[in-house]
Amino acid sequence: MTQEILLLLSISILLVPLVSFLINIFFGKRLGRMSGVVGTSILGFDFILAIIVAYSKLVTYADLHVVQNKFEWINLGTYKVVVGFGIDNIAAIMLLVVTLISLLVHLFSTNYMEGDRRYPTFYAYLGLFTFSMLGIVMANNFLLMYIFWELVGISSYLLIGFWYEKDSASNAGKKAFITNRIGDLGFFAGIMILFMTYGSFLFEDVFAGIASGKLPFDNPTMLTLAGIGIFMGAMGKSAQWPLHVWLPDAMEGPTPVSALIHAATMVAAGVYLVAKVFVMFTADALTFIAIIGTITAFVSASIALTQTDFKKVLAYSTVSQLGFMIMSLGTGGYTNGFFHLVTHAWFKAALFLAAGSVIHAMHHAMHHLHDHHSDPQDINNMGGLRKTMPWTYRTFLFVTLALSGVPLTSGFLSKDGILAGTMAWAHLTGGWHWIVPVLGFLAAGMTAFYMFRLTIVAFHGEHKTEIAKHTHENKLPIVLPLVVLSLLSFWFVYSPNPIDATQGWFHHKVVAPQTVVPAAYQWSFLMPEHASSALVEAGMHSTTSTVSHGSHAALNAYQEELHHYHYPALFLSVLLAALSILLAFLIYQYKYISADALEKRFKFLHTFSYNKWYFDELYKATAIAAVLALSRAMAWFDSTIVDGIVNLSAKVTSLAGKLTGIFDNVVIDGFVNLLADGTGYAGKTLRKLQTGNIQAYIVFALVGILALIYFFI
Amino acid sequence: MEIGLTHYIIVSALLFALGLYGIVSRKHAVMVLMGLELILNAANINFVAFARFGGMNIEGHIAAIFVIILAAAEAAVALAILLNIYQHFRHVNVDEVDQLKE
Amino acid sequence: MDLITIAFYFFAALVLGFGGVVVLSKNIMHTAFALLFTFFGVAGLYVLLYADFLAITQIMIYIGGILVLIIFGVMLTTRITGVDVKSGKIGKFQLGGAIVFTSLMAITLVVVFSQTNWYQAEAPAPDSTAELIGVSLLTNYLLAFEVASVLLLVAIVGAAFIARKKHS
Repeated sequence: MTQEILLLLSISILLVPLVSFLINIFFGKRLGRMSGVVGTSILGFDFILAIIVAYSKLVTYADLHVVQNKFEWINLGTYKVVVGFGIDNIAAIMLLVVTLISLLVHLFSTNYMEGDRRYPTFYAYLGLFTFSMLGIVMANNFLLMYIFWELVGISSYLLIGFWYEKDSASNAGKKAFITNRIGDLGFFAGIMILFMTYGSFLFEDVFAGIASGKLPFDNPTMLTLAGIGIFMGAMGKSAQWPLHVWLPDAMEGPTPVSALIHAATMVAAGVYLVAKVFVMFTADALTFIAIIGTITAFVSASIALTQTDFKKVLAYSTVSQLGFMIMSLGTGGYTNGFFHLVTHAWFKAALFLAAGSVIHAMHHAMHHLHDHHSDPQDINNMGGLRKTMPWTYRTFLFVTLALSGVPLTSGFLSKDGILAGTMAWAHLTGGWHWIVPVLGFLAAGMTAFYMFRLTIVAFHGEHKTEIAKHTHENKLPIVLPLVVLSLLSFWFVYSPNPIDATQGWFHHKVVAPQTVVPAAYQWSFLMPEHASSALVEAGMHSTTSTVSHGSHAALNAYQEELHHYHYPALFLSVLLAALSILLAFLIYQYKYISADALEKRFKFLHTFSYNKWYFDELYKATAIAAVLALSRAMAWFDSTIVDGIVNLSAKVTSLAGKLTGIFDNVVIDGFVNLLADGTGYAGKTLRKLQTGNIQAYIVFALVGILALIYFFI
Repeated sequence: MEIGLTHYIIVSALLFALGLYGIVSRKHAVMVLMGLELILNAANINFVAFARFGGMNIEGHIAAIFVIILAAAEAAVALAILLNIYQHFRHVNVDEVDQLKE
Repeated sequence: MDLITIAFYFFAALVLGFGGVVVLSKNIMHTAFALLFTFFGVAGLYVLLYADFLAITQIMIYIGGILVLIIFGVMLTTRITGVDVKSGKIGKFQLGGAIVFTSLMAITLVVVFSQTNWYQAEAPAPDSTAELIGVSLLTNYLLAFEVASVLLLVAIVGAAFIARKKHS
């Protein structure tokens, strides 16, 4: 396969979901129930194309950093806007992730969304979302990425607010959209700084510009700021603290949407973006990223401990895991961060789809019992689902193990890599940076705990309510995606060695690119070991052409350190996971320790966590309150001062109007009437001449001509 | 007295006046049309007379020819209109066709 | 008094005399035939003015074409044998106005024409004007010539359209 065909196929992958969108939006009514089948088969085709492209890129063109095309989009004289699409290794892997999860969600929804009034519209939105997400994956420049970024934003808004009849759903859609806008503002500013400096939107041009030593405004701080700006876009999309508040609310959307958007793809876009532009972050920017990621991971893990809504637990868990990925990228762990993105995508999608399966079953049971008031998502209404829904339970349990980081799963491989990376980073940079791995380990421990709490409360023990007793296992379209996703969470998918991912294909294909930032502004351990004069060349080399095997020669201090911390991190994380799981079993399964007593004992902590650290309230009290106060002040100003002036002028005008009216009626009308009467009288007199007789007219004309002749001669 | 330009144009003037009288005094539309033809002939006499005494200028003849052409066209269309009026009113009296004043 | 002068007065009398019959006669057929002689007199005047081509054209088109057309019009719109053949009278007031103002017009025109000092230039009598007219029509006046031909076509089609029986 030539590169042209590869790119052509990639662009087909991009456009195929758009076709699905168009078909469903225009012919949805006519298709009716068929729209699900149409959407699913189109995505199936798309997934096959994605396999071909990914295989071709990862195997045939493994030596090429990126297969891409470029075309001039806008020519403004000195400014040329060149855009294009490119497939590099991470893009190829992302293509697989996005198309497969989208396919499974399409399949899942054929059953889950059955009976919804706007079933075809749902498929249309799914198609639009998949299209936009693939656009982000394939863009080889900031501009197209930004455009698709916003398209993802709008389609996610549409999907979250899909049941807009519910206030909470439409509010959640708005919240997601607005929160994302805040991040996108930074993203846009970052792009503009880079475009002003390097005159191009293309990644390779920008990176080459940085590598050549040219800095924005000749100031390394501006480079850091540009990086942080772009990272702000990622903070919005990937729900990083402090912009994480939208993701839990977004659970108002249909559950398949949560699986597609809020577990695997859209929220991963931020991480993907950071990975894509990883080479241009300075040491300061990376530290900032690492800290944000760590805070996110820790805070949301602590919130997830006490939530009772099935999906909310998963939502906070997602935020926490995204924090892990960002933390990993911030500490230089490019490969492990992206690895965690991929593994997390599978098992988190599986968790959400399992949640969907449970909720679907609960709904049916409630319908059966004519119960319309209970909350089908509250885990305290569940219990004992293990018996009624065996397949959902088995898959759920397995992916829970993966998320908790238990050996033999993919989650173990990636999470272990991330934690080892943070330790290596902290060791190399030293000082207070050790807080990052400490919080990271704590968050990992909490992850195992809350996931098992969820599993035990929802699936184990006795049925807590009548509803739970009447649940049934779902049909194949719902169970099949769970099984497929669970299979992808086994270690052997990525590496033959269950405790070391570095021997697997993934770590061979996804190799950290060489940083392009000048040595003075980058961690020295991220620089290649050999002569510093070759730095620039190496940087350009890695971004434009080959990486894979060649860059092993440039193994740097960080990678050595990473290797060194592999086993300590491994033991520590397994130990923590085991302890947390044990604790969860003691509290919730065997009740050796009373959950209620613990709750009372640590009332403050519990309340704090249960209320999500009061972030919403904090924002309401500060930002939102400020805006509201400003609005009220504006309203007061409007209603009192502006309205006063307007009313006064209105009164003056109306008085003047009355006076003018009198003048009009008496003087002007009198004059006009006089004129009209005079004209009418003259007309009555003169009309007698208008006989309609042509000959009389000719006589008149004759008189006129004679008069003219005698007048002029 | 030698017959000169003045003689011809005085004949033309008188013919014109006759035509004019025909137009304004006649009741029957065809007769009005005849008066019109007299006027056109008067004009043609003028054209040709001026051509003859102004240095044998051929342009006068050309103008006369175009007048004849127009007269032919006008006669055809006018008679068609007359037939229409006749079908409508069963007469062609010009002074009774006074719908124009309404 | 030479022959030309006699001829002129003969034709002038023909034109004016029969012209008077045209506008004064009550019998519509009389007017039609008087018109024939008027046209003939005009043709004679053309001959005296060296306009041989125009004289022939006058006889052919006016007498052979237009006059026949007018007679057709008379026959189609008038019951020949009835009283209506005679043109009806018009109002006294209008008749008086017509007489007064047309006389005034005639007097004015005669006075103006006879008192004006017209530009005159002597020129030899041409052998035939037909050749000169033909050349002029196809060179300087080609456009007018073509427009005239289109006009005639339009007039024919239009007249046929207007005059046809309405089936409504």
